[in-house]
Amino acid sequence: MALSSPIELLYVFGSFTILLLAAGFYCLVVTRSFLRAVIAIELLIKAVTLFFIAVGYITGKPALTQALVITIIVVEVVVVVVAGGIAISVFRKNDSLDITLLNKLKG
Amino acid sequence: MNTIDMILLTAMTLAALWAVMGRSLLKATIGLAVTSAILSVIIFRLGSPLAAVFELSVCTGLITVVFVSTISLTKPLTHKDIVELSKKRTRRFIYLPIILIIVTFLLIRAGIPKNLAMSMGETVKNVPEVLWNMRQLDMFGQVILIIAGALGVVVLFTEGKNGAK
Amino acid sequence: MTPSILILIPLFVIMAVNLSMRHTGKKLAFYLALALFAAQMILAIFHHRFFLASETAGVDRFFRVDLSIDNLGVVALVCMGIVSISSLFVSRYMPLDESERFKFTNLLVIMSIGMCGVVMARDIFSLYVFLEIAAITSFILIAFKKDIYGLEGAFKYLMLSAIATVFMLLSIAAILLVSKDTSFASISEALKVSGKHPIIIAAISVFLCGLFIKGGIFPFHGWLPDAYASSPAPVSILLAGIVTKVAGVYTIMRVMILFGSNASINNVLLLVGTLSILIGAFAALGQDNFKRMLAYSSISQIGYIVVGIGAGTPLGMAAAIFHFFNHAIFKSLLFVNSAALEKETGTTSMSKMGGLAERMPITGTTSVIGILSAAGIPPLAGFWSKLLIIVALWQAGRYAYSAIAIFAGVVTLGYLLTMQRKVFFGKLSAGLDKVKEAGFGIVMPSVVLASIVVLTGLLFPFILQSFVIPVKEMLAH
Repeated sequence: MALSSPIELLYVFGSFTILLLAAGFYCLVVTRSFLRAVIAIELLIKAVTLFFIAVGYITGKPALTQALVITIIVVEVVVVVVAGGIAISVFRKNDSLDITLLNKLKG
Repeated sequence: MNTIDMILLTAMTLAALWAVMGRSLLKATIGLAVTSAILSVIIFRLGSPLAAVFELSVCTGLITVVFVSTISLTKPLTHKDIVELSKKRTRRFIYLPIILIIVTFLLIRAGIPKNLAMSMGETVKNVPEVLWNMRQLDMFGQVILIIAGALGVVVLFTEGKNGAK
Repeated sequence: MTPSILILIPLFVIMAVNLSMRHTGKKLAFYLALALFAAQMILAIFHHRFFLASETAGVDRFFRVDLSIDNLGVVALVCMGIVSISSLFVSRYMPLDESERFKFTNLLVIMSIGMCGVVMARDIFSLYVFLEIAAITSFILIAFKKDIYGLEGAFKYLMLSAIATVFMLLSIAAILLVSKDTSFASISEALKVSGKHPIIIAAISVFLCGLFIKGGIFPFHGWLPDAYASSPAPVSILLAGIVTKVAGVYTIMRVMILFGSNASINNVLLLVGTLSILIGAFAALGQDNFKRMLAYSSISQIGYIVVGIGAGTPLGMAAAIFHFFNHAIFKSLLFVNSAALEKETGTTSMSKMGGLAERMPITGTTSVIGILSAAGIPPLAGFWSKLLIIVALWQAGRYAYSAIAIFAGVVTLGYLLTMQRKVFFGKLSAGLDKVKEAGFGIVMPSVVLASIVVLTGLLFPFILQSFVIPVKEMLAH
């Protein structure tokens, strides 16, 4: 099963990216726990990382995409840390991480 | 690109499913770590060793540590709550594998897209050279992000004078 | 000198103040930030004289970054300076202790660095990185007081912003398939060759969806009222005045100039913009919370800017930029007044306020000026920019859309006058006997912003000559 043409490689990697994105979006919409939503976001960003590296491999630009992916990973870490901070603050107020309880802003 | 890569990709998808549908948050975090590890192997096989190392050390290591410490700072539920919650969750999440199978069928039917004129090859082959010469603005951005993240930790994690109000 | 000093100097100031001069830094933070924003505005307005393109000595030897300022960027930088200074003044007024105020000023300067980067970037990935800087500082600032409302607003914005991130990154990866690297020049060259392929069109649409989320445009506006209403007062001024606009519509303008306007994207922009105008206007009619009403009004006004871009002509784009400037000024003015009201009456609920015109005369007058500009009443500034947008739509042959824009202006007038009547006119409500005019620190930005509104309106012929027409010329190429 040796695939070698660029467009077929793009198809395979693109399909797996779409599968991972579907799983991540579904989890993000359905979940009731804050931290599981953050895990879903992480999963989405991993799908994007896979797609970036695949694009780099297919078009022969591995160095550029590696540099971009390294920056994306740093962004991801900072977002996770800030989300964790918000989660801890919410927990201290509400004593639970159920996001259906976060519905006080109405109108 | 051969069978090993397809097996790795499928394993990554299964690990991602485990991360999403795992019963407790710790199992989900371990699922996420396994996904990161398999992803970093795939990245290495695709000719990007530096990014693979970064993904392994940062995502599998650092983010798992951050998650576990956040989970431990937010009180875990009692066992009875967990069992009850996991029954409801299974009912909601049971649709996920079905949706994934439907998406797979749709993708197989759509088939390979028509030809795209891709731009191949690059000028600078050495990753550190790319990072430091071509993408200096991103490096500044990273420094600023880390400073902002540190400020965020200081603002959000401290208890404040009012304690638990 | 290169434009990168707008990013480097604040960065070094922040590092120096935080690492070495902590004690004096805390006292001087306000004045340092004020000096930085003022310097940023001056450098932006006179950028031709300061930033010579041929200069290769000095800073350029060490840092080779791809930043530049053009006429579009000047408007955004000036707005950023004005709104940041107003927010700084209002923050002196909110009851915070000194170390908290220091953290707020730090975050404010970092957010300004992020937005400077967005305005000046000439590379789509660096644009994304600086957008993330602005977004992360926004999350922290919205949750600054750690009350449950602020945390809820921050949480909703975080979730939607992460989805926007994923959309934008996916589309950058797809564009990398055809382009040599991520700079604007390479991308526009590549799009001339393969701009019509379905994958590339999908990538562009997904990128625009990500920008719609960041900019609070229909159908992704769900986070905006919650974030604006629940954040502390100086943060609301920042968000409404500049952050949502730079992250949203300014980037859409840049991207439309980059991708080239074509008919289907323009149709989408017109549709989405019109729906934003209508939904924002009608939702604002029924609001009781002052800040939530202003948030829906922001959605509506941003819809006007999007419709101006969607007209597809250079006049439409120039009108959109002018409305961008006007909205920054009058929306910040209204939010500064809401901060004053919140501080003096202790509530943001309009049904609890009433008859405050005699107690708070300056706030009431500036509020009237802001409302008349927002509704598009001559001779204030808002009238001119809305007129230009409607003229641009008419010239482009989109008669139905311009009729809707005129109609929505009437609705805008309706809800804003209702607000004015409820809050300022009428009888003094119970419990408001002790209310007095807000102190100098809040009143001054309010008066300054109101005078900018009046001046812009009166000097419109001059502005038309020296600003709108040159931008139109620049875009016509």
